[in-house]
Amino acid sequence: MFLINCPYCGERDQQEFKAGGEAHIERPKQPTELSDDEWAEYLFMRKNIKGVQFERWNHAHGCRKWFNMVRDTSNDEIKAIYKMGEKPPAQ
Amino acid sequence: MRNKYSVFSLIKNALSYHENWQRAWKDPAPKKEYDAVIVGGGGHGLATAYYLAKKHNMNNIAVVEKGWIGGGNTGRNTTIIRSNYLWDASAGLYDHALKIWEGLSQELNYNVMFSQRGVMNLAHNLQDVRDLKRRTHANRLNGIDAVYLSTEEVKKFCPIINTSPDIRYPVLGGTLQHRAGTARHDAVAWGYARGADAMGVDIIQNCEVKGIKRNGDSVEGIETTKGFIKTKKVGVVAAGHSSVIANMAGLRLPLESKPLQALVSEPVKPIIDTVVMSNAVHAYVSQSDKGELVIGAGTDDYVSYTQKGSHQIVEGTLNAILELYPIFSRMRMLRQWGGIVDICPDASPILSKTSIKGLYFNCGWGTGGFKATPGSGDLFAHTIANDEPHKLNAAFNLNRFVSGDLVDEHGAAAVAH
Repeated sequence: MFLINCPYCGERDQQEFKAGGEAHIERPKQPTELSDDEWAEYLFMRKNIKGVQFERWNHAHGCRKWFNMVRDTSNDEIKAIYKMGEKPPAQ
Repeated sequence: MRNKYSVFSLIKNALSYHENWQRAWKDPAPKKEYDAVIVGGGGHGLATAYYLAKKHNMNNIAVVEKGWIGGGNTGRNTTIIRSNYLWDASAGLYDHALKIWEGLSQELNYNVMFSQRGVMNLAHNLQDVRDLKRRTHANRLNGIDAVYLSTEEVKKFCPIINTSPDIRYPVLGGTLQHRAGTARHDAVAWGYARGADAMGVDIIQNCEVKGIKRNGDSVEGIETTKGFIKTKKVGVVAAGHSSVIANMAGLRLPLESKPLQALVSEPVKPIIDTVVMSNAVHAYVSQSDKGELVIGAGTDDYVSYTQKGSHQIVEGTLNAILELYPIFSRMRMLRQWGGIVDICPDASPILSKTSIKGLYFNCGWGTGGFKATPGSGDLFAHTIANDEPHKLNAAFNLNRFVSGDLVDEHGAAAVAH
């Protein structure tokens, strides 16, 4: 449980938000040409980092917009929040 | 030589005021090399070591644990044991474990307090009723005991449940597995540790793995906080931290680690003599031998390694508990805690070889690994010793995420993940 500073609405309780998993997983450009291994990698394999992780979040019970977050999963400390399409901050 | 626990040893030690009990396991320094090393000293890891030594004659092995044995999810779960899973592969896996549970205390000469008090799963809407009936039939076809209960039969089996039709989620029926129940979680870790130690297994605590050394595509050893340990076989049984170990070896796993919470009440006199689980409202409750109500809550939906969960998850669970059991309304909660569970996309575990020779993973048990402890250890030991899975865990390989042959127990497993 923590507070999240939505880039559109400001600081709100985490329960208003929905976690969307690892960020910056690129959608395959040519899905028809993907091998089974590449599909597995895209669909299922995750870094699941203990430490600083890049993630997508959705303000599900607010503005319903998606954005990115950099969070330390070992202590839930939020390092940065940036909008979709913006470049991730250097770590 | 390991002394046997018996009524005679109890009397003998009572005469010396219980001050001369033999140590249950040694505290060795790691050797330079082992035939196999198990990473993770929880129930599953210790059981793996026990069966490697017992059934596969691998005695020159070690279990390395970063904290103390049984201090992770083994000591944090709600101790429920059942095997009423929907799919054939899961039924085979979990019932294999349940059969071992039935004789485990005798086998280990250690009372794991396995109590077959039954597990009841409730239905709260018509879809639940259809799902639970389907699962009951599937269980019976797989030789697993299961009965479907009407609302009246639920009330008869557990009289304190509120079965009135006007509650928010009325009880429309339920299933019951009589052979299911609970066990003492700490005793499982200690019993396996004592048994493995007696056969020569080194249990090395406070020893964290820092790296996995590879030579091309095979394992050469592990770097730990107590130095380098050479070994050709590494079995990783690290639950919520499996991805952390996998990343050291340059592997990625289909896992997300999330906090799962549980809580216990103040101890009271016997009030509930079974385990009741409810998928729809996500609440399950049993009573420990000390008299505490043991209540399991849900997971938070974000990745976190903090071993604590959100307040609203507990609040939601307690709302559901109070509606189902109004008699608990003045009960005070004593302790609340979290554990980190590694959840697979299909809510089924992974007991598998990997693309790296000599590196094996036993993970992805998610929110329900405790029940499988003996079976998981037995089958993982088989996989490590023979470099091939047993037929009961063949379906639970890593390659299923490539082939698409998933064992989808989400929702089918009688409780939500």
